[in-house]
Amino acid sequence: MALEAKNIYFRYNRKQAWILQDRSIKIEKSQRLAIFAPSGYGKTTLAMLLAGYLKPIKGEILLNNMPLPRKGICPVQLIYQHPEMAINPRWKLKRVLDECGTYNADIIDTLGIEPAWLDRFPAELSGGELQRFCVARALISGADFLICDEISTMLDVITQAQIWNVILRETERRNMGVIVVTHNRYLADKIANQTLDLTV
Amino acid sequence: MEQKKDALLKIQNLSVSFRRYNHGLEQENLQVVSDLDLTVYPGEIVAIAGSSGSGKSILASAILGILPNNAKVDGNLYFKGETLTPQLQQQLRGTKIALVPQSIAFLDPLMKIGKQVDGHRRPKPVQTRKALFARFGLPQEIQYLYPFQLSGGMARRVLVSTALISDAELILADEPTPGMSLDQALEALQMFREIADQGKGVVLITHDLDLAFEFADRVAVFYAGTTVETAPASDFKKGPDALRHPYSKALWHALPQNGFHPIEGFQPYAGNLPPACLFAPRCPYATEKCRTQAPLLREVRGGEVRCYYGA
Repeated sequence: MALEAKNIYFRYNRKQAWILQDRSIKIEKSQRLAIFAPSGYGKTTLAMLLAGYLKPIKGEILLNNMPLPRKGICPVQLIYQHPEMAINPRWKLKRVLDECGTYNADIIDTLGIEPAWLDRFPAELSGGELQRFCVARALISGADFLICDEISTMLDVITQAQIWNVILRETERRNMGVIVVTHNRYLADKIANQTLDLTV
Repeated sequence: MEQKKDALLKIQNLSVSFRRYNHGLEQENLQVVSDLDLTVYPGEIVAIAGSSGSGKSILASAILGILPNNAKVDGNLYFKGETLTPQLQQQLRGTKIALVPQSIAFLDPLMKIGKQVDGHRRPKPVQTRKALFARFGLPQEIQYLYPFQLSGGMARRVLVSTALISDAELILADEPTPGMSLDQALEALQMFREIADQGKGVVLITHDLDLAFEFADRVAVFYAGTTVETAPASDFKKGPDALRHPYSKALWHALPQNGFHPIEGFQPYAGNLPPACLFAPRCPYATEKCRTQAPLLREVRGGEVRCYYGA
């Protein structure tokens, strides 16, 4: 199984220069790819295209040589850079997790989610705490590919190491593909087994 | 007393609690920050490191007086020797004290970037803004864009610009660097350094520990709503042996370049804190004393530590 971007072009409007131009990448299941580039080079745009949040102007995104499914939970899950903007502010967090399917307490425990947080609204938790919910719901959904767009910059280093250890263990166990967007070279060295530099 | 005059910002025994409803009309006070001390002198960058949810951002909000209505603040806050009252806070924020917000959601989604950075200042600081953007490598055209059209790193640099354009004497930077590439982060921190060297004060809340050590003068480590250690930044560069508190050492070991080893367990939830030392349940060196009697902040080798055994 592979996730593939084939010669994609993207820009937000016609007056703008291309953000992504004739870009192709391919990642197999069980691979872990780190994407590098300075800010503004289209890393997040690429992540959103691969997860189906945006449609490329030209080119196509293929999963197993098929377009991404239009219905149901997307098998490519994106964990977003800003957790506070990725969770419905009017839902208690229990509902956020329940939306993604059934889960066991194990994953909640390993990510360090306190049961008391489930009855709270997103505004009452810190960014790092919310990000654990975003990781949890991506793992619960049973996706095949996980795209992590700077998911740990708002976390302290201990939590960062804990969460990455959970993600690495779970993705290895389920044989998932992982794309990591990060500015931290040391982190990428620890996580990825392949790197891609968008500047070249 | 003399010390209190000299310091730009002095915080003593700060505690913050939130009133929330349990069942029906039953109220409960949730203490999220307790016994927090912090001093910032002119010309200094104080970095604050610590676990997420340890009250770092709440501290910034408490200084500015922008906590939500259900928050209760106790303790003493002084700005240049004057007690910070709500009236004074209102006067100072945005003029003498500036904030770099943690989230890019703080940008007004319906206002163009240029207008947001200029703010209500008259005459409009157009030249300063252009110089700032140039230094940050931001194209000048983005002044006509809306926040959603910017990338995460660009929005961060815009947020930092909004604080630097003010003539504030104290800048509270709440995680200014995530999303920026290494060069940009270094540039931003270099600008904070320059501002500090002009005799102003900077409180730098950050998770990029390795960067913070390079630019800060002192580092305060927070855990579960209190300061566990304040140390010169050079001690963090030297490595775990120069540090005093077991939690600071654990932070050092969790950096990807230093092994990526997290310690077990999680920071206790504010409603369910351990009775004495807050770190005791996770601490490899904890003894009976740590579980029954809370340690006080004490001086060790030019720093302060809240631990019986830190040396």
